[in-house]
Amino acid sequence: MSLDLGVFCKNTLDGEAVDYCFSAIFGLAQNSDPSYLDWLLKAWSWTLAVAGLSLVIALVLGALMGTLRTLPSNGGLNSLLVRLSTAWVELFRNIPILVQVFLWYHVIPAFFVPLKALPSYWLVSIALGFFTSARIAEQVRAGIQALPSGQRAAATALGLTTAQSYRFVILPMALRIIIPPLTSECMNLVKNSSVAFAVSVPELTLFAMQAQEETSKGVEIYLAVTLLYALTAFSVNRVMAFIERRSRVPGFIISNDASLAH
Amino acid sequence: MLDKIKSTGVVTMGVRESSIPMSYTTGDSRFDGYHVEICRMILADIKANLGLNTLRINYQPVTSQNRVPLVQNGTVDIECGTTTNNTARAKDVGFANTLYVEEVRIAVKANSGITSIAQLNGKKVATTTGTTSVQLLRKNEKATGVNFDEVFGKDHADSFLLLESGRADAFVMDGSILAGNIANSKNPKDFKIVGEVLATEPIAIMVPKNDPEFKAAVNAAIAKIVANGNMPKLWDKWFLKPIPPKNIVVGLELSPATKNAWANLNDKPAEDYQKK
Repeated sequence: MSLDLGVFCKNTLDGEAVDYCFSAIFGLAQNSDPSYLDWLLKAWSWTLAVAGLSLVIALVLGALMGTLRTLPSNGGLNSLLVRLSTAWVELFRNIPILVQVFLWYHVIPAFFVPLKALPSYWLVSIALGFFTSARIAEQVRAGIQALPSGQRAAATALGLTTAQSYRFVILPMALRIIIPPLTSECMNLVKNSSVAFAVSVPELTLFAMQAQEETSKGVEIYLAVTLLYALTAFSVNRVMAFIERRSRVPGFIISNDASLAH
Repeated sequence: MLDKIKSTGVVTMGVRESSIPMSYTTGDSRFDGYHVEICRMILADIKANLGLNTLRINYQPVTSQNRVPLVQNGTVDIECGTTTNNTARAKDVGFANTLYVEEVRIAVKANSGITSIAQLNGKKVATTTGTTSVQLLRKNEKATGVNFDEVFGKDHADSFLLLESGRADAFVMDGSILAGNIANSKNPKDFKIVGEVLATEPIAIMVPKNDPEFKAAVNAAIAKIVANGNMPKLWDKWFLKPIPPKNIVVGLELSPATKNAWANLNDKPAEDYQKK
């Protein structure tokens, strides 16, 4: 079958061809109506915005909750924090993401009225961020527990407080070990951001559903959207791979280097 | 097709599961509705003309995505849902004469005081992703200079929830869908359909393309139903009286456009309706 890529240079108002495909974005034709390509790129920017915002929320909360889960228990405040962070993880990873998005959009603002003023992309980002933070928290916990117990003991022996031993010894090691699974999680986040269409964030999935109905060019539209999702997730993969290479602790993390095999 | 019906005594009708009151399920794989009843009358007429003793009707639920391909490949012999007759689809399938003209309208909260599209300036307007109403709103915004924020529901129920929960001030969609959602809501009196008709589209029964004999038989049956004065009764039954299974009242008055379609039977596509 042949592809009709001309669909992207069509006007979104009446389906006529436009003079400049990038009319609205580069200001080539100020008075011209936006083309489907303009719309596609705008939708992509929404996908990036939602994924980026939720990534920040997920990383901060995930690192915090994962750390809290490993606090040495002393029966006091620490035990409370451990229980709190465990509840956080179990709550947010046991509810389907689409349900969580609806909860944040329709249900929670009904009880906390100020949240109604928050734009929907913020609410979606919070939902996605919290959901992903629960998963990242488990990776952080796994990373911390994978460290030899001697490290914590040595930190204590040096006279470091609990906070200091996490800050200077445990977390710098643990966070580096978990980069490979973290990479998967970040790539998943880009793909999961497609649920945002359900609460009227005009991102790529919404564009695909709407534009294919208007143009009857489903194959071309979905190909373009697939390409952009794949490109975005792959870019995240490359950035994380770079970080992984640069932050590797020599001799500690098993690499492909044959000389380190034992 | 007529030969196939005559030799097998079976016909497959494409129906929708939740397009109240046009075509929907009443439970237990039974289907009913305005278009479904008309199709049954058409098939009864064809059965009589072919001199068949029995004609079994198989009901095949279809969706917006698969209805055209299923008619094209012969899985469905006659589709009785809510399909807009337009030139793009007419390349793949045939359409019987129109018996229902859909009007795109605005639903608002009864106490909002909004009565026309001009009052939507700066307001939030909900519509459903993947429908023609989205493009219609864009065109209208451009033509009238009225600026509003669009919010999109995943499906009609979501869009209505946006209106109900106050996240949108208006819901723009096909009149029958608005009326159906309002009738189904907790307090139907809280909502009303207001303002000008934003667009009209012919909704027609879909038949296979390149089968002029079958299409002629369907249209002849339609002409008979109209001539017998059944159409106002059918409208009354499905749009104004309580309908099964929950005995809700859709409450959509007969529009002049639909009345006109009955008086002048034709299979003109949506494009012809937009010109005037």
